Amino acid sequence: MPRSETEIGAGQHDFSAALLNPELPLPQGIVGPHGKNAFKRFAVYRNNVTVSLIDALAGIFPAIQRLVGESFFRDMARLYIAKEPPRSPVIFEYGGGFAAFLERFEPLARYPYLPDVARLERAWLDAFHAADADPLHPGSLGAIPPEHLAGTTFIAHPAARIVKSGFAAVSIFSASREDRTLEGIRPGDPEDGLITRPLDAVEIRRLPAGAADFFTALIAGASLGEAAGETVARHPGFDLPSAISAMLEAGVFSGCSFGAANSEETA
Amino acid sequence: MTQSAPKSPIVETSRFPASPLPPRAGAGLKTEHVDAILADEHRIGFLEVHAENYMGDGGPAHRALAAIRREFPLSVHGVGLSIGSESGIDPAHLERLAGVVERYEPAMVSEHLAWSSHDAGYFNDLLPVPYNAQTLDRVVAHISQIQDRLKRPILLENPSTYVGFEQSTMSETDFIRDIARRSGCGLLLDVNNVFVSATNHGWKPIHYLRDFPLELVEEIHLAGHAEDVDDEGDLLLIDAHDRPVADAVWKLFEIVISQAGALPTLIEWDNDVPEWPVLRREALLADAILDRLGPASLLGSRHAAE
Repeated sequence: MPRSETEIGAGQHDFSAALLNPELPLPQGIVGPHGKNAFKRFAVYRNNVTVSLIDALAGIFPAIQRLVGESFFRDMARLYIAKEPPRSPVIFEYGGGFAAFLERFEPLARYPYLPDVARLERAWLDAFHAADADPLHPGSLGAIPPEHLAGTTFIAHPAARIVKSGFAAVSIFSASREDRTLEGIRPGDPEDGLITRPLDAVEIRRLPAGAADFFTALIAGASLGEAAGETVARHPGFDLPSAISAMLEAGVFSGCSFGAANSEETA
Repeated sequence: MTQSAPKSPIVETSRFPASPLPPRAGAGLKTEHVDAILADEHRIGFLEVHAENYMGDGGPAHRALAAIRREFPLSVHGVGLSIGSESGIDPAHLERLAGVVERYEPAMVSEHLAWSSHDAGYFNDLLPVPYNAQTLDRVVAHISQIQDRLKRPILLENPSTYVGFEQSTMSETDFIRDIARRSGCGLLLDVNNVFVSATNHGWKPIHYLRDFPLELVEEIHLAGHAEDVDDEGDLLLIDAHDRPVADAVWKLFEIVISQAGALPTLIEWDNDVPEWPVLRREALLADAILDRLGPASLLGSRHAAE
């Protein structure tokens, strides 16, 4: 029997609520054929939604899944999905709040490095899907007249991401993704991670002290001189030349410009 | 009733060759198969991708798809537009789909008769709608909005469903025929979905096919399904896309082809994805049926004549 528009309008609202909360009764009007029940039938949709989103999270955070174990991961992912379902059909963007969820997840309080490992995994996938751009050619800085070097500014490569961590997040990420044990890693050693995609593949590096601040300042638009000055002030042992060669090798930037002429050098 | 379907764009200054889907078997593209497909001596008829997997800006996924698109006809299959949604089409998502379509100039664009988004979020599943006048108006309006934006007709796919609605007043086949008639869209007939839904709702698949407007079908989907039981302990089929096409579905496919003629036919395998040769073997089985039954069909080989 046809129902009014407002009643129909309540349909997907109730359907949605019942999908996410198995304690709720079936939405009104949901039936099996020929007077059959629909509880197990509706459970197929509940299961599809949950399982497909858990699988999606497992695909985005494989290092976390390996570190906590598959069964623990799936139970935890179920809770995260109920709390923060995806907002968009572009599933590879899902899980932006997963690291923050892990930070507040009491059963994992003994593993405080996990949130930063999750941040690295999320940044890895962002880098994978980021726009294409040629990284700055390693020789391009040499072409800049020395008097203009300090005033040179850079354009961040679309795939470049920096994750600062008070834990050995990069080593733990790499060990887990490469299916190695955490033997020899001291989780409390701080490590900053740099993620880039200079060619076709995403790369992750551990940054020396100060480099994360230096790159972050350059990405934000500071000139080479400003960024170096700020970084040295905070990290007295900062090794500027090796940071510059690391950024060129990793492909952190896709272009640079200097002086009033604002001429632009790209790879 | 309007039949003013927008025409396919004429591609002259295009990045890719204009290649319509041939009336042969194609396969759902999986990243891990790209190299094997490009190197294979057997040239698969076409490939189909889920639009949402290519909504990023760049990177290796796009490089792989561009390589495929240069050599094969491509179909773009959306899974996230939520055409049956009560809250309307998300304009941002329609723009993303338009971006993928402009980027790859696919031979075909298709979507589902289903909804998947609500204020509560995106459910990553194809959820059912009641078949009645209100839903019909809504779905027709949404398809028109999509076709206006993409400047081309799309194909709408019949769903696999597990529950019914007391609010339904029409049969699925009448509902789909009316959508196509009013919106000008074409149809994608998923033969596995016909078998799954018919089993789950106690219809006869052959009656469904008799009532379905086969003359509007421009593409076929085939896939494997899993078996479960309903509340009464009777067979309930799940559209799992995780195994070979079932014998009963191949038989229905033969009936469709002997009536409708050879049509582009996609093998879908999305979970527990096997090595490429396993998928290719399914495609070759479909090709054999298309070759054997297509030419002698009742409606003739429409696509070969175009």
